[in-house]
Amino acid sequence: MADIDKTTKENGFFMKDLLKLFKIFFKIGMFAFGGGYAILPLLKAELVEKRRLVREEELLDYFSIGQCTPGIIAINVATFIGYSQKGTKGAVAATLGMVVPPFILIVMIASVFQAFMNNQYVIYAFAGIKVCVVALIANVLVDLLKKNVRNIQSIFILCLALISVFVVGLSAASVVVVSALIALSIGEVKRKLKR
Amino acid sequence: MIYLQLFVEFFKIGMLAIGGGLATVPFLYELSEKYGWFSIGDLTNMIVVAESTPGPIGVNMATFAGFGVAGILGSCGATFGLILPSVIIIVLIAKLMNKYSCNIRVRDILEGMRPAVVALILYAGVQIGKDVMLTSFDVLFFAILFILMRVWKKGPIFYICLSAVVGIFFGMH
Repeated sequence: MADIDKTTKENGFFMKDLLKLFKIFFKIGMFAFGGGYAILPLLKAELVEKRRLVREEELLDYFSIGQCTPGIIAINVATFIGYSQKGTKGAVAATLGMVVPPFILIVMIASVFQAFMNNQYVIYAFAGIKVCVVALIANVLVDLLKKNVRNIQSIFILCLALISVFVVGLSAASVVVVSALIALSIGEVKRKLKR
Repeated sequence: MIYLQLFVEFFKIGMLAIGGGLATVPFLYELSEKYGWFSIGDLTNMIVVAESTPGPIGVNMATFAGFGVAGILGSCGATFGLILPSVIIIVLIAKLMNKYSCNIRVRDILEGMRPAVVALILYAGVQIGKDVMLTSFDVLFFAILFILMRVWKKGPIFYICLSAVVGIFFGMH
């Protein structure tokens, strides 16, 4: 597969596309309540369903890798998506896009912190939004389960992962790494059996 | 210079904090002990704001902490320091992945990780749910929202705004 950075250099409308990427992630950044996996519904709606820039499986892949690498998962995912669209410059555009709205908001809030935290409307609104975040995650989960957990291997890994994280209390990164190893071994065994 | 110090310290946190945004908190405790930039009470307040406002929690923490220490430039230094390791490492990994994406073993791994990520999302949802849904009204609101989302595909932003309005209207807390 060609290096994205080399192929995108040739495109004349590069700057416009970077700006578009920035704007998309700016919008996502503004509504990214709940951090981490909570941005998945936003990314799915905007990038997978509305603009068809990314496939749902790719999104999950970015989350898996982003979970295991250093750094904040939401940032990792934004960087990944940005890179997949427009190379290194895209990675920067997407990441900055997502970071700028919260940045501005926090700076504003930090200056008037007490007033903000004690404002009744703010408290009420946030209480509503928090419940919404849970509903959004539940909604996305239904679709994800339908599409990504269809064969025996994935059901097995799903159950194993659920037990690891709910019962055993394994860290998220460990769960991802172990599932990768399991899938790798199953793949190897399947191939050996075919011969 | 304080801006450079902020940048370096948050760069280190960006490298070490693996996983969710609250993974930055232990490092922030250390920072408050080492430099006295903010107190534990401040830190707790920051967590509340960072959790309630849009944006990844870790990034919000960096912005908030940086601002408290050295104003806007401080926030810039801290935030930039925090996200830079992510960008560098992920771009490197993405380049590698491009090269090996056709490799069947890589495909096996990626496919295998997907159900695990779904499990993690479920876990995240349950944890947030336990924290957030405290009254029967919350649960009812959740159920109504969930049903609406399945039936009326209006996108997350619509529902977030709707919930903010509902929250205000019903005085949720």
